[in-house]
Amino acid sequence: MTQWLANYLAFQLFHIQPGTKLASALTFFIGDVVKIYFLLLVIVFAVAVIRSFFPPEKARRLLQQRREFVGNVLAALLGIVTPFCSCSAVPLFIGFVESGLPLGVTFSFLISSPTVNEVALVMLWALFGWRISVIYIGTGVILAIIGGILIGRLHLENQVEDYVHQITLGQSAAAAAAEPTWRDRADYGWSYTKDIFRRIWPFILIGVGLGAWIHGYAPVDFVVKYAGRGNPLAVPIAVLIAIPLYSNAAGTIPIVQALVGKGMPMGTVLAFMMAIVAISTPEMIILRKVIKPKLIGYFIGIVTVSIIIIGYLFNAILPA
Amino acid sequence: MVTSVQILGSGCKNCKQLFTRTEEVLKELGKDAAVEKIEDMARIMSFGVMVTPALVVDGKLAFSGFVPSKEQIKKYLLQVGA
Repeated sequence: MTQWLANYLAFQLFHIQPGTKLASALTFFIGDVVKIYFLLLVIVFAVAVIRSFFPPEKARRLLQQRREFVGNVLAALLGIVTPFCSCSAVPLFIGFVESGLPLGVTFSFLISSPTVNEVALVMLWALFGWRISVIYIGTGVILAIIGGILIGRLHLENQVEDYVHQITLGQSAAAAAAEPTWRDRADYGWSYTKDIFRRIWPFILIGVGLGAWIHGYAPVDFVVKYAGRGNPLAVPIAVLIAIPLYSNAAGTIPIVQALVGKGMPMGTVLAFMMAIVAISTPEMIILRKVIKPKLIGYFIGIVTVSIIIIGYLFNAILPA
Repeated sequence: MVTSVQILGSGCKNCKQLFTRTEEVLKELGKDAAVEKIEDMARIMSFGVMVTPALVVDGKLAFSGFVPSKEQIKKYLLQVGA
């Protein structure tokens, strides 16, 4: 459907000659933008409504008294459905630690929450199909479980800032916060969707534009040489490039998709996507308020190495 | 009668937006209740809040974790008898 619309716009409206490089780039551009915008509105809205059922207090309650492994698995899953932005990382971290959650379980949550996020899902679904999206979710959850367990095993409880233990979470004063109605959930979902859309639509436009240009003009040899299977360092390099690109999943994935068309393997793509969202400088700066640099270092190190392993693994098992 | 309104948050963009909206709504309703910003984490958490921004009216938590629309804030204030 979107392809038909793209063809219509390109050939009928703009009178572009079919079969030319410009035609190929333009239909590619319009088709992708329409598809991404549509999926973005639908999926982000659905995710926001689902999340309205999982306030962080619920996650905290469900995770209390959990041991290693079961706690890590549950935390990784709750990280997906609990609404959370990095600006709330401090109170959430304190709330978890204060309720006696092991550090490793808390980190499983903190890894999965940004990694398996709705924008990444939309971009992967729109540009690579739902299967890759599902693989990405599964891998993100496993990353969060393993990363959390490893951090827990390091016994770095002394790396939590002391004041954290002195704060107690008050009894929720939410007398008025009655169970929200479906109307409230839809309102929340819609305002959240608008907010996300307003923030990222230009990046999608730019990203898909660059992608369309690569699709139409960039030579295949170039990509294969630097990002193809022949270069064993492509995965770690992709991961290191991705870490500072935080919050720009929307703008970068379309470019990556075009590179895949020119020979970049899927494992490298998944690792790249994951590294963009899993580790972000702003979140590290915020987390620094509650944990000491050594623990931040372990956190970044463990997650980075795990993502690189994931990249190699998928390059080995996914078809080219 | 609303006597105290507090915005909980560590000073991020969302908190500022909630602050502005709340002030606007209070003005529209003709209330001159002062809006207080609470940025101290221990105090924020004493309200049982784990996600900011949050709006507290007369000691009760009205919203947390997102920036409610002006209509939502107005509706809540009228409900509690502003």
